[in-house]
Amino acid sequence: MIKIAAFCCNWCSYAGADLCGSSRLKYPADIRIIRVPCSSRVDASLVLRAFQKGADGVMVNGCHPGDCHYVSGNYHTRRRMALLKNLLKFMGLDDERLEVNWISGSEAGKFQQTVLDFTDKINKLGPAEEMRDMRCQKPS
Amino acid sequence: MRIGVFICWCGSNIAGTVDVESLSEKAKFLPDVYYSEDVKYMCSEIGQESIKKAIKEQKLERVVIGSCSPRMHEETFQEVLKDSGLNPYYVEIANLREQCSWVHDEGEETTQKAFELVEKAVAKIRFAKPLTTETLPVTKRALVVGGGIAGIQSALDIAEAGYEVDLVENTPSLGGRMAQLDKTFPTLDCSACILTPKMVEASSHPNIRLLTYAEIEDVSGFVGNFDIKIRQKAKSIDHDKCTGCGDCTEKCPAKIDNEFEEDKEIRKAVYTPFPQAVPNKPVIDRDNCRYFQKGKCKVCQKVCPAEAVDYEQEDEIIEERYGGVILATGFDQLKPEGWEEFGYGAHPDVITSLELERMFNSSGPTGGKVVCPSTGREPKRVVFIQCVGSRDKNKGNAYCSKVCCLYTAKHTLLLKEKLPDTESFVFYIDIRTAGKSYEEFYERARSTGAKYLKGHVSKVETDGKELLVRSYDNSIGEQIEVEADLVVLASAIKAKGTTEGLAQMFGATGDKDGFLSEAHPKLKPVETQTAGVFLAGACQGPNDIPDTVGQAGAAASKIIGLFNRGEVESLPTTAEVDASICSGCLKCEPVCPVGAISSEQIEEKVPGGVVTRQVAGVNNALCRGCGACTAACRNGAMNLKGYTHRELLAEVDNL
Repeated sequence: MIKIAAFCCNWCSYAGADLCGSSRLKYPADIRIIRVPCSSRVDASLVLRAFQKGADGVMVNGCHPGDCHYVSGNYHTRRRMALLKNLLKFMGLDDERLEVNWISGSEAGKFQQTVLDFTDKINKLGPAEEMRDMRCQKPS
Repeated sequence: MRIGVFICWCGSNIAGTVDVESLSEKAKFLPDVYYSEDVKYMCSEIGQESIKKAIKEQKLERVVIGSCSPRMHEETFQEVLKDSGLNPYYVEIANLREQCSWVHDEGEETTQKAFELVEKAVAKIRFAKPLTTETLPVTKRALVVGGGIAGIQSALDIAEAGYEVDLVENTPSLGGRMAQLDKTFPTLDCSACILTPKMVEASSHPNIRLLTYAEIEDVSGFVGNFDIKIRQKAKSIDHDKCTGCGDCTEKCPAKIDNEFEEDKEIRKAVYTPFPQAVPNKPVIDRDNCRYFQKGKCKVCQKVCPAEAVDYEQEDEIIEERYGGVILATGFDQLKPEGWEEFGYGAHPDVITSLELERMFNSSGPTGGKVVCPSTGREPKRVVFIQCVGSRDKNKGNAYCSKVCCLYTAKHTLLLKEKLPDTESFVFYIDIRTAGKSYEEFYERARSTGAKYLKGHVSKVETDGKELLVRSYDNSIGEQIEVEADLVVLASAIKAKGTTEGLAQMFGATGDKDGFLSEAHPKLKPVETQTAGVFLAGACQGPNDIPDTVGQAGAAASKIIGLFNRGEVESLPTTAEVDASICSGCLKCEPVCPVGAISSEQIEEKVPGGVVTRQVAGVNNALCRGCGACTAACRNGAMNLKGYTHRELLAEVDNL
């Protein structure tokens, strides 16, 4: 089974995930959501650590550009994650495994679809062995 | 460390798909977990008591709760901890309902995920630090944006409670959409008769400062202390000198479509929007004024007996601090131009309901006569079409515009009164009359002779001079055609395009249709996601007048409550700098959206003396806790309380 880490900003994406729940829209159980105040709180170390500790895919989800609760946070996210994708590529990790999405608090359907698409993609890519610290594996 | 884990059944909402009992058993073996139990309803009083009891008896130091979303009940449980004498931020919630039981099917996998979510929460709370808040004073002055009935009512309610209010309206007069209406359902009150006194009251109330022809320019700050810049657009008329005689308007040679009359009449470039306008003094619309556009004219200045025309007047920026804000920016009506099926725009006798409303009005473009615009003659047969752009996923809006059923019933009644021999037909898909006395009103319209036909109109044929409405009649199961002299479209209520940018400035979010989102659809109907910013009226969704006035009162009472309290608690989750490892590069400064970071000089002891060096400093009163600085810091000197590196890494490690 694959594992996906999803960083969700409290104001849009996390609310969108909540709405997805209250609308009973189903998606696979591979995803673990980590709540952050703003997507701009997500730094490279968190993403890299997630890969190291067993995540096969990482999503960073924020408010739509222009709709950030903190005015400009998601613009920083967009730039930072674009750079990080380059770094991943340089390190030999498939940069497709990192995805940045903009999902608003009212887009329950979009949240579901994004998770479905991403899970599908990661399933096709298989486990991310390249980055994983095998010593960190939890005993299954 | 002694951590207690509490797993909520949420009735069957969680327990239906997650084996909560085994989950609670398993949780006991997580590091530092000392106690664990499962409760039917954790948020109930019994549930809260059981946490308090466990904290006391088991001497718990931290609490993890597996329940619904923290967005729902985090505060509830923080209170529980506070009551038990613990730091309220020593609670972490694993979202087992919205992120697990509701989105996955019953099975081993779901219970396993629920366990891992609890594991993740336990991992995080182990690294939690006690957080504190400060109390900050509230500026007891309110801002209301929008001068329609919603804004007027909120401003009056706040002003009556003894607080000062600035009421900002972007057009030259108060009144909004309600001022455009002729009569109101279900009582058939004359709209102006009930609105105008309120407009006057708002303009003359000692606690209300009225800023018409003004716009919000910039917003900063937060609940209790919003610093807002308002642009007072140049009116080009000195309102202190102007007597409102109207000579300038009469002589102005420019002719512009009159938006108040739904573009069915013309107005001048120097104008008051309508006869009962408040303030009843004109402004010069510079975009259409010949002097401002071509440099020649000055007719108004020549004719003004009070010498009030001032072309040199400039926009003025008003800066003020407010404790709370109400957004009441209203709505637009959809103009189905280019929609071939209804013929709007292609044939002059197809009009919108708001255009008919102006026709009914004795100060409207026809002086109160209902006529076919093409001929100027009275119509013999009027066809009303409901749900134009509403409940129409394919072309218009998926939602119901709420008021159209009733205003169409009103129109048929008013038509019967004005033109007793004129027939009216109403094509509808459903009739919705939820509201006090609304069903009776609709019954009255039907019994007065309006013919209601169930079926969605497929086409209004406009070729030649005649109008022919084609529809499928559901009740008889046949295609029918009705000839019409006048077709009135009950066109959808839609969100105002200009609201979006304004809402962004205040950090209020819009829904998928562009209306502003309330913080909770049931329990926080007038709050927004931004503390201290409230909503009233149709900017939040289609609304009738009674509901709008109710919302306005609710929003006002929230502001009054805030002002009475006099202080707000600062955020506990702000950024902090570890000065010992801060290199003073200040990469954090430009990413801060509120300017909370500045450079500070600290003195440091080094071998052989003391040196002064630069580090970053955070202003906790300004910091909104986004964490952008934390991610931007190269040495990891910046941290966000409640979302520290250590806490988030613990979560990531326990994915």
